[in-house]
Amino acid sequence: MKLDLLTSLYVFMLAAFIGFEVIRRVSPLLHTPLMSLTNALDAIAVVGAIILAGEYHAHGAMLAKILGTIAIVAATSNIVGGFLITDRMLRMFKASGPKKP
Amino acid sequence: MTNLPGVDTIIEITYLIATALFILALKWLSSPATARRGVFAGELGMLLAIAGTLLHHGIVEYKWIVIALVLGTIIGVPLGEVAMTAVPQRTALSHAFGALCVTLVGTAEFYLRTPDVPRFMMGVLSLEVILGSLTFTGSLMAAGKLQEILPQRPITYKGQNLVNLGLLGVAVVVAGMLVAHPEKSQLFPIIVGIPLLFGVMMIVPIGGADMPTVISLLNSYAGLSAAAMGFVLDSKLLIIAGALDGASGLILSINMSKAMNRSFSNVLFGAFGQEQTTVAGKQEARPVRSATPEEAAAILAAANKVVIVPGYGMAVAQAQHKVRELYDALTKRGVDVKFGIHPVAGRMPGHMNVLLAEADIPYDKLLDMDEINGDFPQTDVALVIGANDVTNPAARTDASSPIYGMPILDVDKARTVMVIKRSMGAGFAGIDNPLYYLDRTLMLFGDAKSFVGSIVRELGGGHE
Repeated sequence: MKLDLLTSLYVFMLAAFIGFEVIRRVSPLLHTPLMSLTNALDAIAVVGAIILAGEYHAHGAMLAKILGTIAIVAATSNIVGGFLITDRMLRMFKASGPKKP
Repeated sequence: MTNLPGVDTIIEITYLIATALFILALKWLSSPATARRGVFAGELGMLLAIAGTLLHHGIVEYKWIVIALVLGTIIGVPLGEVAMTAVPQRTALSHAFGALCVTLVGTAEFYLRTPDVPRFMMGVLSLEVILGSLTFTGSLMAAGKLQEILPQRPITYKGQNLVNLGLLGVAVVVAGMLVAHPEKSQLFPIIVGIPLLFGVMMIVPIGGADMPTVISLLNSYAGLSAAAMGFVLDSKLLIIAGALDGASGLILSINMSKAMNRSFSNVLFGAFGQEQTTVAGKQEARPVRSATPEEAAAILAAANKVVIVPGYGMAVAQAQHKVRELYDALTKRGVDVKFGIHPVAGRMPGHMNVLLAEADIPYDKLLDMDEINGDFPQTDVALVIGANDVTNPAARTDASSPIYGMPILDVDKARTVMVIKRSMGAGFAGIDNPLYYLDRTLMLFGDAKSFVGSIVRELGGGHE
């Protein structure tokens, strides 16, 4: 348990550093798509909601099912909407000149 | 529990691959050339992770999961198809949904685990629901203001910061009590309810021009609450995705606060929108020079180098397509046209770029403040469309100005400045803009869309 926690903290720290380094390089041109993409990725929380809604619970089963189901709806709408709009925005960014198809 | 030890390994491997794909997705987003590949990587990672999770042997009932996934998709598709001008409110709304998911899962986890929740777990769980619930209502408020359902004007009262910090303080103290005595489950609703209220109160004093900072900050909060949820559920995938989102929101918040000359702590504690002092008794009736569309078109046609500076006013007037026509007309005459974009122009980071890209303006003509500022002294005409404070030279020269020190686009260094504006009204900060009274400045009074349209007609009219 203690070791697990420590590992998780390492993971968090390393991910934060990677995040800073990778995202610093994103051009200000694409800051709006960046926000919608990270929003879609963040909706990976759906994984927790799925387990919550689907698992067997000896007590509190009703609460888990209701809250879990609403949570899945909220996260899924972010996943679907987030990826859709990010791709739509990125398709609009075109370079000038005839080089690019 | 199960006789299939292999399934757990498969699930973990899908999570591992998903994590790598998420990081690649953000890496590929660094350039417009590879960005769409990034979205694909993100989608693939998400699909893998969800498929892996559905294999989880602990799941006994799929009915509600499937219903919820379908319902979420039905809601998500229209949210992915909103108009580009509505992207800021859509983004705020999606922060609210993300935070709602995290808060609900956190709440359920608490009631399932109580009364024996380990101390550390209780601490992270508190962080999760506090950040989650304040982000939920805060983002809903922000979306409401952006959609103009709620008044956009900042609402302030005496002692506002004290009330807000007091509320947050109570939530933190109660969370501390819960960590000390996790069995006192009657305290739990307080650490959900108070942050819900705090989220509303936090956004009440925020005006439209502060929205880019606020949205970035809420983005960061949403990410951090998801990371906290990852700690509670011991999910490395969630910790990493949350950390990436949190880092992204934080970087954008810092960018935005720098671009508005606000301190970092100012951003962290959410105490923005304070400078609402309207300058009383400002001296009126200073002479300005104005011009007609014909005159403006003649000057633009004679220029070699033009920089267009768009602001929120362009978005409000929906003028971006007319601006593209102007860009085409001038480019055809051999005029070098570029766009100078201030980081806080519009209502969210990158807002102007998306609108101009939608209007088919090539992205290599859209330049950041730092890239374009050196060009203004060699620029024949700087055309300001619906931007005000981000071009105010008082930020450079007048130490008594509320926006003093804010980095601006140096349009006043161009040979001629043209400003399209409805009237002489002051901008968001209520500050007069000395730019308008310069000898080299021409005011073009009118609606941005129709004025640009008139210029385009003049340029097209029989000169060639």
